[in-house]
Amino acid sequence: MAAPSTTSSAETTGTPASGPLPPALADAVRDDASLRRFLHGLPGVDQVGVEQRAAGLATRSIKKAAKLWAIDTAIGMVDLTTLEGADTEGKVRSLAAKARRPDPDRPDVPHVAAVCVYPDLVATAVAELVGTGVGVASVATAFPSGRSNRQVKLIDTDMAVQAGASEVDMVIDRGAFLSGRYGQVFEEIQAIKAACGDAHLKVILETGELATYDNVRRASWLALLAGGDFIKTSTGKVSPAATLPVTHVMLQAVHDWHESTGELRGVKPAGGIRTTKDAVRYLVAVNEVAGPQWLTPTLFRFGASSLLNDLLMQRRTQLEGHYSGPDYVTVD
Amino acid sequence: MDKVWDYAPAPESRDIANLKPSYRMFVDGQFVEGSGEPLKSINPGTEEVLAEVSTASGADVDKAVKAARRAYDRVWGKMPGAERAKYIFRIARLMQERGRELAVLESLDNGKPIKESRDVDVPTAASHFFYHAGWADKLGYAGLGPDPRPLGVAGQVIPWNFPLLMAAWKIAPALACGNTVVLKPAETTPLTALVLAEICQQADLPPGVVNILPGAGDVGAAVVNHPDVNKVAFTGSTEVGKIIQSSLAGTGKKLTLELGGKAANIVFDDAPLDQAVEGIVNGIFFNQGHVCCAGSRLLVQESIAEELLEKLRYRVSTLRVGDPLDKNTDIGAINSAEQLARIRELTEAGDAEGADRWTSSCPLPDKGFYFAPTVFSNVHQAMRIVREEIFGPVLSVLTFRTPDEAVAKANNTPYGLSAGIWTDKGSRILWMAQRLRAGVVWANTFNRFDPTAPFGGYQESGFGREGGRAGLEGYLNV
Repeated sequence: MAAPSTTSSAETTGTPASGPLPPALADAVRDDASLRRFLHGLPGVDQVGVEQRAAGLATRSIKKAAKLWAIDTAIGMVDLTTLEGADTEGKVRSLAAKARRPDPDRPDVPHVAAVCVYPDLVATAVAELVGTGVGVASVATAFPSGRSNRQVKLIDTDMAVQAGASEVDMVIDRGAFLSGRYGQVFEEIQAIKAACGDAHLKVILETGELATYDNVRRASWLALLAGGDFIKTSTGKVSPAATLPVTHVMLQAVHDWHESTGELRGVKPAGGIRTTKDAVRYLVAVNEVAGPQWLTPTLFRFGASSLLNDLLMQRRTQLEGHYSGPDYVTVD
Repeated sequence: MDKVWDYAPAPESRDIANLKPSYRMFVDGQFVEGSGEPLKSINPGTEEVLAEVSTASGADVDKAVKAARRAYDRVWGKMPGAERAKYIFRIARLMQERGRELAVLESLDNGKPIKESRDVDVPTAASHFFYHAGWADKLGYAGLGPDPRPLGVAGQVIPWNFPLLMAAWKIAPALACGNTVVLKPAETTPLTALVLAEICQQADLPPGVVNILPGAGDVGAAVVNHPDVNKVAFTGSTEVGKIIQSSLAGTGKKLTLELGGKAANIVFDDAPLDQAVEGIVNGIFFNQGHVCCAGSRLLVQESIAEELLEKLRYRVSTLRVGDPLDKNTDIGAINSAEQLARIRELTEAGDAEGADRWTSSCPLPDKGFYFAPTVFSNVHQAMRIVREEIFGPVLSVLTFRTPDEAVAKANNTPYGLSAGIWTDKGSRILWMAQRLRAGVVWANTFNRFDPTAPFGGYQESGFGREGGRAGLEGYLNV
C-alpha cells in the first residue's frame, strides 16, 4: 500500500534501507521541506521531565541473580573500543583476545559484541576475530568531526567494509544538522548506508553538540528514517558524551519507531560509561523505556573501553562473595 | 510483556524501623498511657498487626490542651523567635538523622513504597521544619504587619495518606509562629507522628509545646471542639471538613481546611507527550493515588487522545505493584481494607455507568490490600468516577476540543485543589492558569511540593494556605 510513495521517495532520496516505510513516514522523506515539517512536528521533549524520569529510574535496586544477569548481558553488549592516534596493531590484537575471552580464568564469561577501531586497523582485528562471533566495528566518515566531503566519507566507509568490518559507526554532519539542512544529513546517511552493503550502520549523533533534547529526538528520527540500524550517542571525543536522559530520548525514539513501522532498531550509548552501576542503570532504562525485547546485543550496545574490566570485577565479586581489585583482570 | 529480566526482590530491612510492640501518646513532654480504647496499627502490605497504640479519651484531650496552654503562656509564646528557630532547626536535623528509620516505619504503617517515603515524604517533611525555622525570627517581614502575634493553642487533625509529612506541614509553621500544638494523627497511621514526638523530646523542646494524641474521629472532634483551642487546622475529607466548619462557627477559632480534590490534568496537542505521560502517571499513581491533589481526571485534546492513551497504557503496564518495602516497588498497598472497598465500589460504578476499564496486567501479592492501576476511558462528566474523589490508583480520561472546553470541564467540579497544564506554549499556560479554579496549578509537571510554595484549595477543597509566606497567616493573629 506504500508503493506509490516509495517510488516517489526513491526518485529524490533513494530507497529506504529496510523495506517500504508506512505512508506517513514515506511522506516525511519526500523532500527537504517535508522532512523539516516532520522533524519539527515531533512532540517536544521537556528537559525537566526527562531528567526527572531518568534520575527516578536510576534508583532501581538491582541485586543478586538480577545483577548477575545484568553483568553478563552487559558484557555481551560491549563494543570494546580503542580510538586513539597512538593505537597499534599489537594493541588491537590484545583487545581482540580480550574480546573473545574477557576473563581468561572463567571461560563461562560471554564474549563481547564487537571490537571498535579506526578503518586502518580493521584488517588486523578481522584476522584475530574471524569465526569467533565477535564483530568488528569501524568508525568512518571522517570520525570524529565529520568534517570532510562526501567522497572522502564514502571512501572511508568503503575502506572499512572492504577490510572486513561487519559494522560501521558513522558520524553525522552536525554543522548541517544544526543549521537546519536536514536533507543533506539524510542523504549522507543514506549514501553511507548504501556503501555499507551488508555491514550494520550505527549513526553517531554526537549529542554533546546537539545541545537540546528536542534536537536529539529530531536527529534520532532523521537517522532512523535514513536507514540507520543503530543510533549512537557520541564519539567519545566530545564532552558530555552519553548521559542517561539523552539515552532515554533515543530509546523512546526506537520504541516509537517500532510502534509505527514494526521494525526493531538499536541504540548505543558511548563514552563515559565506566562502571557496572552505570551499565545496570542503562539496562534498566532499556528494559523500561524501550522494552524488554531490546535487552540483546543486536539492539543495544555499550561503546566503552574501561567498562568491561569493571563488569568482570563485579562479576567475580558476585560469584566469589568478595572484591578482588583491578590487579586480577587484564589491563590493555 | 515478556519477562526477560526479573528484578530480584530488593527489600529494605524492616529492622531499621525500630518497631516497638506498643506506642503511647505524647503529652506535656512525656509518653503516657492514654485512657481511650487502644488501637492496633496494621501493615496494609501484609495485613499483620504492627503495634498496639494507646489512644486518648476526652479527659486526655483536656489534659493535653491544658499542657499546651501552659507551655504557650509560660515559655513558647514569649520566647524570642531566634530561640524558637533553634529548636525547630534541631528537629529538622534530627529528622534527617533518623530519616531511614522514619521512611521504613512510614512504609510499614502506611503501605506507600519505600522509594517514596525515602525520597519524598521524609526529606520534604524535614525541609518544612528547615524552612519554617528560618521564618521564626523574621515574622515581622512576612508582610503581615510589623509584629504579628501567635494565636495560642493549635488543634490539628491530619490524614493517613502522608502521616509524617502532614504532621510536619502542621507543626512546623505553628511552632515557628509561636503557637503550641495538640495534634491527632490518623487512626490507621499513628506511628511516625509518635517518632516525631520522640524527636521533639530529643531536641529538648519544652514540655507541652507539642502534644500528640492518637485516636479515631472522636478524639479529633474533642480536639477541635475544645474551648481553649484558638486555631484549628484540618486535612482530610470534605465531609468531615464541613462538620468541623459548622461546629466552629461563632466560636472565634481560626480555621484552615485542606480537603478533597478531583484535579484535572490537561494535555494539549503540542505538549511534550512522553513527559506528559510521566506527569499523568505521577499525578494519579503517586502514593497509590492517595493524594488529595491527585490528577484523577485526565483531559486530553481530541487530536492526540489515541496516541497519548496508547503511550500511557504502555507506561502504566511497566509500573511495579507490590511489597512497599521493596526498593523497586512503584505502587504499594492501599492503606486500609475500608479504602480498598471504597475504590472497588467506585470502579464498579464506573463499569456500571458504561466507562471502558483498562487495568494493568501486573501481578498483585496474595496478602495485603492492593489495587492494580486502572484507567477508565470513554468517560463523561456525569459519571461518579468523574465527580467523586476515588483516592486510589484510578484515572478517568475525558477529551476536549478547544481550550475553552478544557477550562469548562476542568472547573466543572465542586472541588478546586490543583490542576495541571501540559503545553509547549507559555502564553497558553498563563491563559489557562488564570481561568482554572484551583489553588495549585502545575505547568508541565505534577505533584511537586516545596515548603516555599503555598498549598491549598478553592470551594469544597477548603481554604487557607500551607507553606510559603501565605501559610504563616493561618498561625498568626492577623
